[in-house]
Amino acid sequence: MSTSPILEIEALSLATKSNETLVDNVGFSLNKGESLGLVGESGSGKSLTLRAILGLLPHGVRQTGGVIKSEVSSAMVFQDPRGALDPLCPVVKQLAEVVYFRQKVSRKASRVVALELLEMLGLPDSLKRTDRYPSQLSGGQCQRIVIAIALACKPGILLCDEPTTALDVTVQRQIIETIARLQQELGFAMVFVTHNLAVAAAMCSKLAVMKKGQIVEHGNTLNVLQNPQNPYTQMLINSVLPLPELEGSGQLWS
Amino acid sequence: MELALQIKNVTVHYGGFTALNGIQLNLPKHTTLGLVGESGSGKSTLARVIAGLIVPAEGQILLDSQELTKKRSREQRKRIQMIFQNPDASLNPKHSIRQILSEALLFHNIVGRTEIEKRCKELLARVHLEGKALDKYPHEFSGGQRQRIAIARALSVEPSLLIADEPTSALDVSVQLSVLELFNTLKAELNLTMLFISHDLGVIHAISDTVAVMRQGNLVEINPKDQFFARPETAYSRELLSAVPKMPKSNTSGGFYDPRT
Amino acid sequence: MKRIRTEPQLHQDGRQPSIIHRIWNTPSLLVGSLMFVVLIVLAVFIPYISPYHPSEQNLSAFLQPPSAEHWLGTDQLGRDLFTRLIYAARTDLSIMVLAEVVPFCTGVFLGMLAGYYGKWVDTVITLLTDTFIAFPFYLIVIIVAFASGAGERGIYITFMLVGWIVFARVVRGLSASFREQEWVASAQTLGLPGVRIILRHLLPNVLPQAVVVLMTDMVGLLVAIVTLGYLGIGIAPPTPDWGTMISDGQSFITTAWWLSAVPGFAVVYTGIALSLVGDGLADIWRKK
Repeated sequence: MSTSPILEIEALSLATKSNETLVDNVGFSLNKGESLGLVGESGSGKSLTLRAILGLLPHGVRQTGGVIKSEVSSAMVFQDPRGALDPLCPVVKQLAEVVYFRQKVSRKASRVVALELLEMLGLPDSLKRTDRYPSQLSGGQCQRIVIAIALACKPGILLCDEPTTALDVTVQRQIIETIARLQQELGFAMVFVTHNLAVAAAMCSKLAVMKKGQIVEHGNTLNVLQNPQNPYTQMLINSVLPLPELEGSGQLWS
Repeated sequence: MELALQIKNVTVHYGGFTALNGIQLNLPKHTTLGLVGESGSGKSTLARVIAGLIVPAEGQILLDSQELTKKRSREQRKRIQMIFQNPDASLNPKHSIRQILSEALLFHNIVGRTEIEKRCKELLARVHLEGKALDKYPHEFSGGQRQRIAIARALSVEPSLLIADEPTSALDVSVQLSVLELFNTLKAELNLTMLFISHDLGVIHAISDTVAVMRQGNLVEINPKDQFFARPETAYSRELLSAVPKMPKSNTSGGFYDPRT
Repeated sequence: MKRIRTEPQLHQDGRQPSIIHRIWNTPSLLVGSLMFVVLIVLAVFIPYISPYHPSEQNLSAFLQPPSAEHWLGTDQLGRDLFTRLIYAARTDLSIMVLAEVVPFCTGVFLGMLAGYYGKWVDTVITLLTDTFIAFPFYLIVIIVAFASGAGERGIYITFMLVGWIVFARVVRGLSASFREQEWVASAQTLGLPGVRIILRHLLPNVLPQAVVVLMTDMVGLLVAIVTLGYLGIGIAPPTPDWGTMISDGQSFITTAWWLSAVPGFAVVYTGIALSLVGDGLADIWRKK
């Protein structure tokens, strides 16, 4: 019943200009509507892999091997939402601009679509009436705008690079819930990069654990977390600091 | 219990914005207070007020029932030390580790010149670093090692109160754990009183005896750790606690949904 | 938090490339210093290189074109142009360096004071810089030159008055941003006094940028010295100076164009050399 994957990466290798290997022989595939979590510590190459999928490698990094096959378009959500927005342009205008260029509709229609997207992301109505700049919005609101911009590209795959790391816990939870809801509504596939195992577990059905540029463990989220085969995965799991059960309230996260 | 630190009605304004609003807080000796709050809650401002880096508009700070005035004496400054969030920024990039560790030792005449080397090595050993690190520069170390060096420097002046402002949030999870363990060992060995600030409730749980919650410049709750994590008093604390993502339990499936095919 | 790092390429033992290695990889610094060193060597050894004296006249051989005997020809009084050119470099370059010493030190120090202490200290120093910057530089030189008599003294005095501003402004901005850095805050919590933090902690961090500014500023100063010489209110003849040489050669521009062109070229050459050194230093310090 499973169709052919919409994203296939085979033996991807990335290196700096001086031939220092950054990502080594990484491969995975993604089906429609599926979500994969790429977890690992800093320097593990998870963000670079994501950028390679998007085709936006930073200066000084080049692909030395492997194939990235993708049938659908992808769009990216960044870690720092404020840095991803133009500080001098009203947010709705930025969103409408992307709709105009990517969906090839008229200027007027693009604004209508932009406003629909705002609604979809649960942003306040006041944005529609008055021009707001990124600095006037909270971090969480900015991240919603960034997600809206990514969705305006009608992506088959949404690439998320630590989208909640810079946010407070309560906001993180809202953003995670929003992304999850939208994925169910729109059916895009997702690659979710994070260093937080618990967040990855909440978002993704499959996990790939990266260490020093290589995937050391790959599989179904629950299998990986409950039955880790690699000592590095085990170490990552052990370093998640436990919290006692909160008395009384329903456990929303489990 | 004897109080190490008393904060009475401390208020700080930035322009028209109230960063701290009449904070009242007591810290018993040899205990660790975990201070939680979201960004903009004023927790870092409070840390800087206690460390004497910001002068409050109103209020009193008492260290061992001795009031800390606007102009603190060197002795008073030495008693309170602070560890910052970003170990990349808290070590002077142009100084060697030897210079970093020995500067305060020499300036305050804590040890004689001949014993400097020995004391620096002792300090490094305290934070589990080797003595040969002395001649290196901060950029030659990893984030976790730099944070250890910052801790060793703070300990060089033999403080009684240690403020740690998000000391582990810039570090990888595995390194975070070892730095937390180091803090736990140090506070037991050196009888430190500690104010530990973090936005990460897991970290707070691992290190604190008491937990205080701040929100928009106000202190909204202060309770013993076990009570706070099981039965928080305020709705806000409950919201914070329930927002922390948890690892899945065996009876649940991974992810919110199964993949659609 | 993760960042994509590609920049510092570490050696196998994990250390950064050595300083010599980095200089070797910065062509602008190499070329610039080489150009400058050539000029300095010539200026120092000119008495041994040239058989002529800069003010030795030979009226039987005036306005000669370049030849084996006179590498760059002779001027209207038969003086060897190459010898004069290099002796002029001695005068102009030493004035340039000497005139920068005091402004550099005061500028860096005042800038650090303003940036570190902020508040009223900053207000006063900023007020001073803004006042001085409003005066046209050449107007002050001309006034001072007339008040103190032409010659080097005017340049020294003027530059002491206004030269520190550019350093103060740059260093003030830097210090103000470093002040917010946590290593300054930790030095404060360690109980170190302000003066010590300024000298031991701030200074090594602001110095590189200040030196880069110094290089560009020296180019400006050299042009000013030459301009004043050209206008006849700088270095007085017979001391050789590029400015007076350009102005002397002006009357013969149609017949012996090299008389003005050669000292003009010397100014450009020095300017390029110093700018390259400045660029190179900035590159090296940025890479770190």
